[in-house]
Amino acid sequence: MTDPIYVTDALIAEDIDAYLAQHQQKSLLRFITCGSVDDGKSTLIGRLLYDSKMIFEDQLAALEADSKRVGTQGQEIDFALLVDGLAAEREQGITIDVAYRFFTTEKRKFIVADTPGHEQYTRNMVTGASTADLAVILIDARKGVLTQTRRHSFLAHLIGIKHIVLAVNKMDLVGYDKTVFERILLSYRAFASEIGITHFTAIPISGFKGDNITALSDNTPWFKGPALIEHLENVEIGSTADEAKPFRLPVQWVNRPNLDFRGFSGQIASGTVKPGDAVRILPSGKTTTVDRIVTLDGDLGEAVAGQSVTLTLSDEVDCSRGDVIAAADAPPEAADQFEATLVWMADEAMIAGRAYWLKLATQTVSATVQAPKYEINVNTLDHLAAKTLELNGIGVVEISTDKPIVFEAYSDNRTSPNKVMGGFILIDKLTNATVAAGMLHFSLRRAQNVHWQATDVDRDMRANLKNQRPALLWFTGLSGSGKSTIANLVEKKLHRMNRHSFLLDGDNVRHGLNRDLGFTEADRIENIRRVGEVAKLMTDAGLIVITAFISPFRVERDMVRSMLPEGEFIEVFIDTPLAEAERRDVKGLYKKARAGQLKNFTGIDSPYEAPEAPEIRIDTTAMSPEEAADLIIDRLLG
Amino acid sequence: MSSDLQTRSSELTHLDRLEAESIHIMREVMADAVKPVMLYSVGKDSAVMLHLARKAFYPSPPPFPLLHVDTTWKFQAMYELRDRMARESGMELLVYQNPEAKERGINPFDHGPLHTDMWKTEGLKQALDLHGFDVAFGGARRDEEKSRAKERIFSFRTATHGWDPKKQRPELWNLYNARKAKGESIRVFPISNWTELDIWQYIARENIPIVPLYFAAPRPTVERDGLLLMVDDDRFPLLPGETPVERSVRFRTLGCYPLTGAVESEAKTLSEVIQEMLLTTTSERQGRIIDKDGGDASMEKKKQEGYF
Repeated sequence: MTDPIYVTDALIAEDIDAYLAQHQQKSLLRFITCGSVDDGKSTLIGRLLYDSKMIFEDQLAALEADSKRVGTQGQEIDFALLVDGLAAEREQGITIDVAYRFFTTEKRKFIVADTPGHEQYTRNMVTGASTADLAVILIDARKGVLTQTRRHSFLAHLIGIKHIVLAVNKMDLVGYDKTVFERILLSYRAFASEIGITHFTAIPISGFKGDNITALSDNTPWFKGPALIEHLENVEIGSTADEAKPFRLPVQWVNRPNLDFRGFSGQIASGTVKPGDAVRILPSGKTTTVDRIVTLDGDLGEAVAGQSVTLTLSDEVDCSRGDVIAAADAPPEAADQFEATLVWMADEAMIAGRAYWLKLATQTVSATVQAPKYEINVNTLDHLAAKTLELNGIGVVEISTDKPIVFEAYSDNRTSPNKVMGGFILIDKLTNATVAAGMLHFSLRRAQNVHWQATDVDRDMRANLKNQRPALLWFTGLSGSGKSTIANLVEKKLHRMNRHSFLLDGDNVRHGLNRDLGFTEADRIENIRRVGEVAKLMTDAGLIVITAFISPFRVERDMVRSMLPEGEFIEVFIDTPLAEAERRDVKGLYKKARAGQLKNFTGIDSPYEAPEAPEIRIDTTAMSPEEAADLIIDRLLG
Repeated sequence: MSSDLQTRSSELTHLDRLEAESIHIMREVMADAVKPVMLYSVGKDSAVMLHLARKAFYPSPPPFPLLHVDTTWKFQAMYELRDRMARESGMELLVYQNPEAKERGINPFDHGPLHTDMWKTEGLKQALDLHGFDVAFGGARRDEEKSRAKERIFSFRTATHGWDPKKQRPELWNLYNARKAKGESIRVFPISNWTELDIWQYIARENIPIVPLYFAAPRPTVERDGLLLMVDDDRFPLLPGETPVERSVRFRTLGCYPLTGAVESEAKTLSEVIQEMLLTTTSERQGRIIDKDGGDASMEKKKQEGYF
């Protein structure tokens, strides 16, 4: 029962120019479909494409042939085959990624994010939902509200989708029974209000037969509408709500074609802007006014949320990528500690205390995540205690960044979410993989209140007085490789040369500053972070700092490197093969580790990541400790 | 401030939003890219992509060169428009022809799939390696073909240009992770979310120059293997009994002329082309031989090998 109004439009044939004029004014709605293959999700999308004439004859012919060969609908057309794209998926009969589909009706263009329904694809659903204005949650009429219905609803709500459509599918298989539909409606309503979904639209459909998709079906005379497409055509779009909020433009790129022009390019996150508007640059807080809104088609008198523009400002203020140009009287906050909800997306679990890149709008900073306050069970919505987040895990965490970022709370529960200024991703510093998506809740303290204390005597003056250049000699290597021995010699020699130094030794630090830390991965990371901070203060004091820690993880060493001014971190790799270190076994630790008495021992049951490009590499099988110390001093002072 | 400022009429249309998204993507690339390049194939999608780049960086010219991976078998009209657009945009145009394919005389008539593999797939890899480009913009759209519906906007390639569908990064909101290790590269598809109809409507709205072959005109053609091929130059080997016949034809998609099927048409204006597209019953890639070599999953296979 294909409704003819979406198949052809008489105007196309009669007056194409009139048709085009009308169709240039269409708006765009992005939505997501949630449900599993069994709920008929792919069939529904196939149906939407088919009914809106997005399937051509050649595709249809291929589809008919495929349906007979591998389809699951007997001799009838299997619409699901249209949308299950990757070959592996077609073979397994499941959808494993996010696929984007397009169709258009008389009123709107639609982009559908087609995402898988199983729990192991939570991350894919979150990805698809992040750009959606609306979610269609499919329920199999024969099965009613299931665990996965709850999960999909929770995730859609978590990501801030305001429009939820409950599509009760396969009505043809329950004889279009009104009581079945109403029973499902009732049980869903109870659950929805529990998680804070205040309203939703329920529609009884058959994706396979086409009931209530484009037009109301004669099979469900008791249902008064709207049909699915009609609803999708009329729902309010999120970007319209964004226009009512205060102006924010995250600066992407500074446009400097010549000395006379300096423009700031970006996509407007919220609000509107006109020439003459007073704006504030964040985080610096400087104020100025907008001079022009420059585009290739001429200057604009106004620009709104969603548009990509280039602004020029009336004054020469400092402004670069990562800054936010905002309404002067309603600026966003800047902070460096937050509470946030994280969705973990990587196979490798989250490591509390490890530094990740955090990207929010156009800002990229180094950030560390604390162990979760709790993890959320997406099926029961229970809060569980957790030390980490595994793939698809969702939890509430505290995050601190190495410098303040400009942000807004992702959701204020009333209007559309602040996706641009409140949504972020975490990136693994080593693999560069996107490992998590996050939504900021609020700052834990306002960065504005924690000013750096400016001192009159600065680090250069302190170093000059000592007649030296401060540096951090960071020794890394296996236990028993000779770090402490060589570090000790280096300090003795420096002392003789009247250099002011300080040796921070791993064992010694653990007796005092870090005696509360154990040897778990998280504790070892915190150990290194603290040592890094102490070393940084000491270099500020003008000292040459020497540290001797196994420091097995590349990411943590790089974290310390990034704390110091360029060139001051000198990585010294004491390169002793494991067999040799174990043979020496000065402290008898390898023997204990081999006997299973020591857990997480580097080289035995915990990895050592050797430096890829250390400033200095010492091969202890080829030189004596004395020679090594001389070489290091040569390189330091030379 | 000028006095004739444009003011907004109503809410943003779907074309406005697509345009803004594409511009945002292009500018975002500039944050992390060391040496970006825009792949320019001279087709309608490339034309739109180039136009968007000019908008994204105005008043600066786009801060990257155009790269045409040439097969020497494109339509003459494509070469003409290519050179004209490079002049008008003020961008550097780099043309690359795989020297090995050239030397061996690889051509679509005698070598079948090897033609595409050597000139396009290998040619592209060689060109990227030769110049050390770390980011390449491409004009692919998700609505073109099934495996492209799942393609990311930022698509990661290994040092050997391979594409692993399982290793692609999730893309949330409008946040793109463009970090990469040495040797790795990224293909960026700024018009991923555009459909064929969007492209045509935008070309009409923005008055973007396109190759005249998209419009119907009398052209010499022969019918072969169910395709209408245009005899674009004298390298076209006619089979016994074949004589070029003048037909009013146009092309829905442009590639190497011996591999690109024409459709019989009277559509001489943009409006008429769009009208025909809306009333037509076959998809645009149907005239392309490339999707069908190697069976059902052939485009996906090509992508894994490094084809765009």
